[in-house]
Amino acid sequence: MEQVNTPAVVTQPPAASKLPGKKKRKNWELFIIALPLMILVLMFSYVPLCGWIISLFEYKPGRALFDCRYVGLKYFQMFLTDRDVYRVLKNTVIFSGIGYLLSPLPMLFALGLNEIGNARFKKVAQTTTTLPYFISMIIVYSLAFAMFSSDGVLNTVLKSLGGAGNTNLLMNKKIVYLFQTCITQWKNLGWNAIIYIAAIAGIDQEQYEAAMIDGAGRFRCALHITLPGIMPTFLVLFLLSIAHFVSTGFEQYFVFKNPIVASKIEVLDLYIYNMGLKLFDYSYSTAVGIIKSAISVVLLFAANTLAKRVRGTAII
Amino acid sequence: MARYKIGPARIVFNILNYTFFTLFTLLCVYPLWYVFIYTISDPALVTGTPVTFYPVGFSMYNLSRVIRLDGLAHAFFISVARTVVGTALTVICCMLLGYVFSQENVPFRKLMYRIMVVTMYVSGGLIPTYLVIRAYGIMNTFWIYIIPPVSAYYVILIKTYIEQLPPSLQESALIDGASYLRIFIRIIMPLSMPIAATIGIYSAVEQWNAWFDNHIYTFTNDKLLTLQYLLYNYLTEAERMTKALEGTHITEAMAKRAQNLTPMGVRMTVTLITVMPILLVYPFLQRYFIKGILIGAIKG
Repeated sequence: MEQVNTPAVVTQPPAASKLPGKKKRKNWELFIIALPLMILVLMFSYVPLCGWIISLFEYKPGRALFDCRYVGLKYFQMFLTDRDVYRVLKNTVIFSGIGYLLSPLPMLFALGLNEIGNARFKKVAQTTTTLPYFISMIIVYSLAFAMFSSDGVLNTVLKSLGGAGNTNLLMNKKIVYLFQTCITQWKNLGWNAIIYIAAIAGIDQEQYEAAMIDGAGRFRCALHITLPGIMPTFLVLFLLSIAHFVSTGFEQYFVFKNPIVASKIEVLDLYIYNMGLKLFDYSYSTAVGIIKSAISVVLLFAANTLAKRVRGTAII
Repeated sequence: MARYKIGPARIVFNILNYTFFTLFTLLCVYPLWYVFIYTISDPALVTGTPVTFYPVGFSMYNLSRVIRLDGLAHAFFISVARTVVGTALTVICCMLLGYVFSQENVPFRKLMYRIMVVTMYVSGGLIPTYLVIRAYGIMNTFWIYIIPPVSAYYVILIKTYIEQLPPSLQESALIDGASYLRIFIRIIMPLSMPIAATIGIYSAVEQWNAWFDNHIYTFTNDKLLTLQYLLYNYLTEAERMTKALEGTHITEAMAKRAQNLTPMGVRMTVTLITVMPILLVYPFLQRYFIKGILIGAIKG
């Protein structure tokens, strides 16, 4: 593990403490430099917020907003009554739920890797398992296609073993949740483990020495020193992830969708895309996006409150 | 490191542990290996003997034909262009903002900083952003790929980094009468190279891997097609694939009789070309990647 210099301690900003004359002078030069960039931030991150207004109108593309009919909360009510929404929310909750159930995996991965004695093997394993994180989702799909489609390697191997060789995991509606979970883990597990590997490296070695003098074996050391040592990291990451409960991400589900698995792979983010850019129901799609943001914000504050209770400090 | 005694339970655990990590490592490597060996296999032999663990014959046919496919070279150029220009812009702009936010006497500094931080938590969402970008008139232009060049997360990392630099250097430069921009270029930039490199690498990977902006904002302009999105088209649109193949068959009618460019051959070859840059830089820059997550984690 590389040692990393940590800019964690925020020292007092280097103001012109020794220059009392300069301190009072406002630094307009730097303000002018920042201004164009801040205007871009406003243009691309804040102006879209004004677009939320279209969720209250029957907005048609290419028409001015005041020419559109005001419909109040119609699109929000639609969300509550639409039958597709139930299915989409179910998918979202299942994908998220599986994600939470598997959230200790990176921690276990790091624990296991830490127990490997061969330094070179350890290094190769860590480097290789982190690689998939940096590959684009399109490539991941292409790889999955090469492995699991009807012309894929899996079928070649099955055929040579005397099987029929006509499985296509990408088009199998029964295993969508399992298959997508495997893809997610394949891509992210090694990467997510890095932070725990760093946490393990930061544990005081003297604790191990002391425990061994008391007769603890390696397993007991892992259980009573390493695990408690990285639990705070797990807790923080878990609390942070609560706010993302309805944001399962979009790319993976978009890329892997096909007519056969469509109904089970459609998560909330994909639904927003489908309603907006496929069916051109801009107003409804915006309304669903607002509801999603609202849920996320509520969850964020809930997680923050929970963090204060459990850890004594806030996470945001 | 102290010694542990090794009992039978330990041996069983070690076997299981090594087995798991060996399998998972192979699972991460094999798909990429497969793409590589499929690409360099002889297309004429592949139909008879399927590729599994090693190349079947050897031929550069796939590669040499695929790089001549309509639009591929241009898509490669666009991907490189957005990676280079986008990364350079992102690094420079985020550095500038990070520097501004690290200086106490800048007017409206707190307000600007808050405006920046809020963007990490609140976004207008897909459709409002889409409509706004359409209204700005930058649909189907290269600007889509490189604007806006600032990301709150990077700016915060840089600000934190600059704040822990020794303040005496800047102070003495100020006394010497240097302008703030000059201090930024001459002092801050050279001292912040480690954080700039980390952010540059993240940004470059992000740019190279990006495709969704291409999909929704520039998909009607073939001149702006990126490599990633071209591959996506080959994977999902059989029609586009056939068209691409037809193109080669007309010009390469003679070659066609001897060998064939198959859909799978094209897909695997384009995949290899698309993933290659990442694979080439990854081993050398791995420590920066890891550094990135650790700095971020400490911050969070």
